[in-house]
Amino acid sequence: MTGDVLLSIEGISKSYPGVKANDDVSFRIGAGEVHALLGENGAGKSTLVKMIYGLVKPDEGRMTLRGATYAPGEPREARSLGVAMVFQHFSLFDALNVAENVALGMDNPPPMRELAGRIREVSEGYGLPLDPSRLVGDLSAGERQRVEIVRCLLQDPKLLIMDEPTSVLTPQEVNILFGTLRQLAAEGTSILYISHKLEEIKALCDEATILRRGKVVGTCTPREKSAREMAEMMVGATLNAPERAAAEPGPVALTVSGLSVASPSAFGTSLRAIGFEVRQGEVLGIGGVAGNGQDELMLALSGEIRTAPDTVKLHGRGIGHLGPNERRKDGVCTAPEERLGHAAAPDMSLAENAFLSGSVRKHLTKNGFIDWTGTRAFAEDVVKTFDVRTPGIGTAARALSGGNLQKFVLGREIMQEPEVIVVNQPTWGVDAAAAAFIRQALLDRASAGAAVVVISQDIDEIMEIADRFAALNEGRLSEPVPTQGLTIDQIGLMLGGAHGMHEAEVHHAHS
Amino acid sequence: MDFYGINPAVLIASLMVASVPIMLAAIGELVVEKAGVLNLGVEGMMIMGAICGFITAVHSGSPMLGFLGGAAGGAVLSVLFILLTQVFLANQVATGLALTLFGLGLSSLLGQGYNGIKPPATKPLPFGPLTDIPFFGRILFSHDAMVYISIAVIAAVWAMLKYTRAGLILRAVGESHDAAHALGYKVVRIRVLAILFGGAMAGLGGAYVSLVRVPQWTDGITAGAGWIALAIVVFASWKPWRVLIGAYLFGGITVLQLNLQASNSFPIKIPVEYLAMSPYLITILVLVIMSSGRGRASLNAPAALGQNFHASR
Amino acid sequence: MLILERRPTPSRFWAWGTPILAVILTMIAGGLMFAILGKDPFEAIRTIFWDPLFNAQFAAYSRPQLLVKAAPLILIAIGLSLGFRAGIWNIGAEGQYIMGAICGAAVGLAFYPMEAWFIFPLMVVAGALGGLIWAMIPAILKTQFRTNEILVSLLLVYVAENILASMSLGLLRNPEGGGFPGSRNLGQYPSAANHELIAGTGMHWGVVAAFITVIASYILLQRHILGFQIKLAGQAPRAARFAGVSPNRLVILCMAMSGGLAGLAGMFEVAGPAGQISIDFNVGYGFTAIIVAFLGRLNPVGILLAGLLMALTYIGGELAQFMLGLPSAAIQAFQGMLLFFLLAVDLLSNYRIRVPLLIKEAR
Repeated sequence: MTGDVLLSIEGISKSYPGVKANDDVSFRIGAGEVHALLGENGAGKSTLVKMIYGLVKPDEGRMTLRGATYAPGEPREARSLGVAMVFQHFSLFDALNVAENVALGMDNPPPMRELAGRIREVSEGYGLPLDPSRLVGDLSAGERQRVEIVRCLLQDPKLLIMDEPTSVLTPQEVNILFGTLRQLAAEGTSILYISHKLEEIKALCDEATILRRGKVVGTCTPREKSAREMAEMMVGATLNAPERAAAEPGPVALTVSGLSVASPSAFGTSLRAIGFEVRQGEVLGIGGVAGNGQDELMLALSGEIRTAPDTVKLHGRGIGHLGPNERRKDGVCTAPEERLGHAAAPDMSLAENAFLSGSVRKHLTKNGFIDWTGTRAFAEDVVKTFDVRTPGIGTAARALSGGNLQKFVLGREIMQEPEVIVVNQPTWGVDAAAAAFIRQALLDRASAGAAVVVISQDIDEIMEIADRFAALNEGRLSEPVPTQGLTIDQIGLMLGGAHGMHEAEVHHAHS
Repeated sequence: MDFYGINPAVLIASLMVASVPIMLAAIGELVVEKAGVLNLGVEGMMIMGAICGFITAVHSGSPMLGFLGGAAGGAVLSVLFILLTQVFLANQVATGLALTLFGLGLSSLLGQGYNGIKPPATKPLPFGPLTDIPFFGRILFSHDAMVYISIAVIAAVWAMLKYTRAGLILRAVGESHDAAHALGYKVVRIRVLAILFGGAMAGLGGAYVSLVRVPQWTDGITAGAGWIALAIVVFASWKPWRVLIGAYLFGGITVLQLNLQASNSFPIKIPVEYLAMSPYLITILVLVIMSSGRGRASLNAPAALGQNFHASR
Repeated sequence: MLILERRPTPSRFWAWGTPILAVILTMIAGGLMFAILGKDPFEAIRTIFWDPLFNAQFAAYSRPQLLVKAAPLILIAIGLSLGFRAGIWNIGAEGQYIMGAICGAAVGLAFYPMEAWFIFPLMVVAGALGGLIWAMIPAILKTQFRTNEILVSLLLVYVAENILASMSLGLLRNPEGGGFPGSRNLGQYPSAANHELIAGTGMHWGVVAAFITVIASYILLQRHILGFQIKLAGQAPRAARFAGVSPNRLVILCMAMSGGLAGLAGMFEVAGPAGQISIDFNVGYGFTAIIVAFLGRLNPVGILLAGLLMALTYIGGELAQFMLGLPSAAIQAFQGMLLFFLLAVDLLSNYRIRVPLLIKEAR
C-alpha cells in the first residue's frame, strides 16, 4: 500500500509567544496511504496541518512534495499542488448554498450550473449525496461535512487532510465516511487523518505519527498496537477511570415534559415535545450529533429561554417560567458548552466571573450592592478546590487554557451545591487529565445527592459516567435507557443512524 | 393634470433627482456591509464629497471633474476608517461616529470662503426630441448624467453580487471572515476595497448635493442624508434593487413636502417645521416596519456585520 | 511589518496611557493643521490650552466658563457611557438635550410671571423627563421591534431640531419680543433661572448635578449589580443572559438614564448660560459628549477629566478665533481628530505590537 513517498516533513518547528507549538517534527506520508496524526488537544496537530495547508509558515524545517521543495505561501498554492483540507470548524458559510460554498473552495470553479451537476455526480459517486441548491445553514452536521469533502474531491487532490472529521457524525455516518476514505485511498489519494480517537485510527489508518506537546513521541502501525498502548504514548501517563460509589437513586428531582421550544437562532433546531426525568444521585447522559437541539435544550433548562411553568419541574414544582437566577435560587445550576462568551465573560476577571453565576446561591449581594470580599473568597475557593492553574483570581478568563477555564466554570457551579446540575459538553477541547478530573467531580456531585444531566457528543464519555442514556435527534429526545449493556450500534440507531440518507445508500456505502 | 398646483410628471422627475445622493451613498454602504463592515461615517464621507466636489468644480469649471473630486474626497476620508478599523482594530461603531464628526468639522473648514458661490451648472444629457415626448419625456429623458449613472451603479452592484466570483467572495467575507480566511481569502484586503468603494459612492452622492441639488455650499449641507442612506440599506434588506425603491420613496417624500411647503392651494396648512421633519419620521417608521418583520428579511443581514477580524493562530 | 499580538489581560498602564497619548498626538496633528491654515502652531496650541486658564488678561473670564461648558458635556457623556458599555448606542443625545431644554423651559414659562420656590425644581423634573421620554422612542422601538437604536436616535435629532424651530417661532415665542424668534429670557425670571451659585466660578446647578452624577455612576459601576450587568452585557451578551440579565430591561434603563441626563443638561443650559429657547440654542454638546465619553474611556472619573479638557478646547477655540482668526470649524475638526487618535491608540491596551525582525535577532 505504501509505495512512493508523497509528502515528507523534516524538522518542522513553529513557536507562538509563550509556547512552542511544533518542535522538530518529522514524518512521511506515502502515496495512497492513510496516515494518522494522533495527539491530545493542544499537542500541536492543528498548527502542523495549517503549515501543510499554507495558512501558517514554519519557523524552521522543510517539506517536500513528490520530491520537490514544498513551501506553500497560501492555501491557494497548496490546493494547486494537490493538497486539500476538510476543516473541523469554520469553513462553511451558512447563508450561502451548497454550490456557492463549493465554488468558494475552488480556484477556478466552472459556471454554477455545470458545477451543480458535478457536485451531484461526485457526491453520489462516493456515497455522500448532496443537493447543490440547499442553504448550508439548513444542513445537518454530517451533511455539512459532506460539502467540505465534495469541495475537496472536485479538485482531484493528491493529499486530503481531515481534521477531526468524526466528532460531528453518528456511528453509522462514520462507517459511510470510512468507506469513502478507503475508496479514495484505493484510487491512490493519500489521506492525513487527524484525531484523538484511537479505535477509529485502528480501523482506518495504515501508519500513525503521535504528537505530544509539539514533539513526535512515536510512530507506529495502528493495527499492530492496542488502543491502550497508543493512549499511553499520546498522554504520557497512565489514566485512571473515574470511580463512583454505587448508590440507589433517590426520588425524582427534575422532570421535563412536553418541552417544545422554537430555536432563537436562524439556523438552529427547534425542540419538539421533549420529556425525561432525573432522580437524585443519578446521571442522565444526553447524546447527539452537534446541531440537533443541544444548545436549545440547554437554554430551556438554564432559564435563558422561558417556557410554560409545567414543562420543567423541580421536585414536582413548575419552574419553566422562571429566569436563570430564580432557578439558581431553587437549586438548578447549569454550565453551557461555550466557555468564553457564554459561561464566562472573556475580559472579566475570575472573581467577576465567579460573581456572574454565583451571586444568588452564594449571597454575594446586599441591597443590590456587590460584596466583593465574599466574591473573592468564593473565587479563591473554586480555584483551590478545582485545581485551576492561574496566577490569581484577578486574571482575565480568556488568559486561561481551555482545560483550566472549564475546571473553573464547572467548579463554580458545583461549589454552589446545586440539587440539579446540567452541563453541555463538559470536556470538549480539554486535555485528558482535566477531562478525567471534571468527570470525577460530576460523579462526586451525583453521589452527594444531586441530579446530573450531561449533554455530550462524546459517546465514550456518556458511557463512562451516565446511568441512563437518551439521544437527541432533530430536536426530539428518545426514551432514556440504562447505559449498561448498550452497544455502539444501538446507540448509533438512537442517534438517528445516517442523517438524510436512504437505507439503500447506506447499504451501498458498506458494500 | 395638476393636483393643488403639483404636476405629477414634474414631481416624478424631481424625485428622481432628489433620490440620487442617498441612492449612491446607500449602494456604496450596501457593498461595505455585504463585506461585513458597518461604516456609520456615511454622513461624514458625504459632506466631504460635497465640499471636495464643490471646490474642484468651482476651480476647474467642470461639473464632471467636480463629481470625481467628490468621490475622491469621500474615498480619502474612508481611508481613515480603514486605518482605524482594519489596521488598528478599533470599534466600527465608534470609528464611524468619529468619521462623521471629523468630516463635518473638516468640510466646514475647507468650505471657508466658498459660501454664496454658484458652482458650474450640470447640464441634462442631450436626448434631442425624446425629451419632448409628453409625460415620459420629462420623466425619462430630462436628467443629467448622474441620475442615469446612479441607476447603472445599482445594476452593476446587483450583477456583481449575484453573478460574479468577486461578488461571491465579498458575500462570503461578510458572512464569516474566519471561514473565508481558512479558505485563503484576504479578508482585510477585500474589506479595504469595499470600504473605499463605499467612501467614493458616498462622496459622489455628497457632490451631487452641493453641485446639483442645492446647488451651493453651506455648512452641514447634507443634513442627515448619510444617516438616511444607512437606514435605506436596512430597508432594502441588503438587496440592491430595493435600495433604488427606498431612495425613490425617500426622494418622493422630500419632494412632496417641499412642494407642499410652496403650494398655496393645498387645503390644509401644515407648518413648515412639521413638513421638514416628515422625511426623518417616515424613515423611522419604515425602519420599524422592516425590522419588526420576522423571518428572512432580517436573515439577509451579513452575519459578520460590525465584527473586526484579526487572524490569530 | 508589524505583528499584533493579543494580550492575555488588558494592560492597566495603557488604560490610562492611551488618552494622554491621544491628546499629545492630536496636538501634533492639530498643530500641523493650524500651520497649513497659516497660523503659528505653537501659538495656536498655547492659545487653546494655556491662555484660557493662565493668561492674566483672559483667565478671569475664561476660568468660570470651563465649568459652564464642561457641565453639560459631563452630564451627557456619563449617561452615554453607561449605554456604550452595555453595547447600547444612543447617539441622539443632541435631540434629547433639545427636548429636555424645551420641556424645562416650557414649564418655567407656563408659570411666568409667578414667583415661587417650586418652579425651578419642577423645571428640573420636566427637563429630565423630556429627554427621557425622547430617548424612550428608540428604546421601545428596539425592544418591541428590534429597530436599530443608532439610526432611530440619530434621526430623532433632526426631528427635535425642527420641533425646536417650531417652538421658538410659535408656542414659546416671547410675546413681548417684537416678533423676533426665541422665548422670554429665563435668566431674567428669578424663580426659573439657573443662577451662578458662587460668583465668579461658573458654578451653577448643572455643575453640581454633573459632579453628583460622576460620583453616582462611579459607585454604580464599581459596587452595584446593575453596573456589573451593564459591563457584562457589553462585553459578552450571551454570558449576560446566562447571568439572568434581561437585555430589554437593560436597553430601557440605559436609554432612560442617558436620555434623562441629556435632558437635564439641556434644561440647565436653557435656564442658565443660554437663557432662552432659540432656533440655534443647541451647539452640538450632544455630539461632542460622544468624544468626551470615549476620551474618558467610558469611566466616570475619566469622563470628568475629559469633559474639562474638551470644555477647554471650546473656550480656547473661541479665544483662538478672536485672537488669531482661527476658524471655529478648525476646532470642530480638532475635536474629531482627538477621537480618531484615541480609537487608534486604544489598540495598545489590548494588543502588543511586535517587530518580528527584532525578535529573531534577539534570539
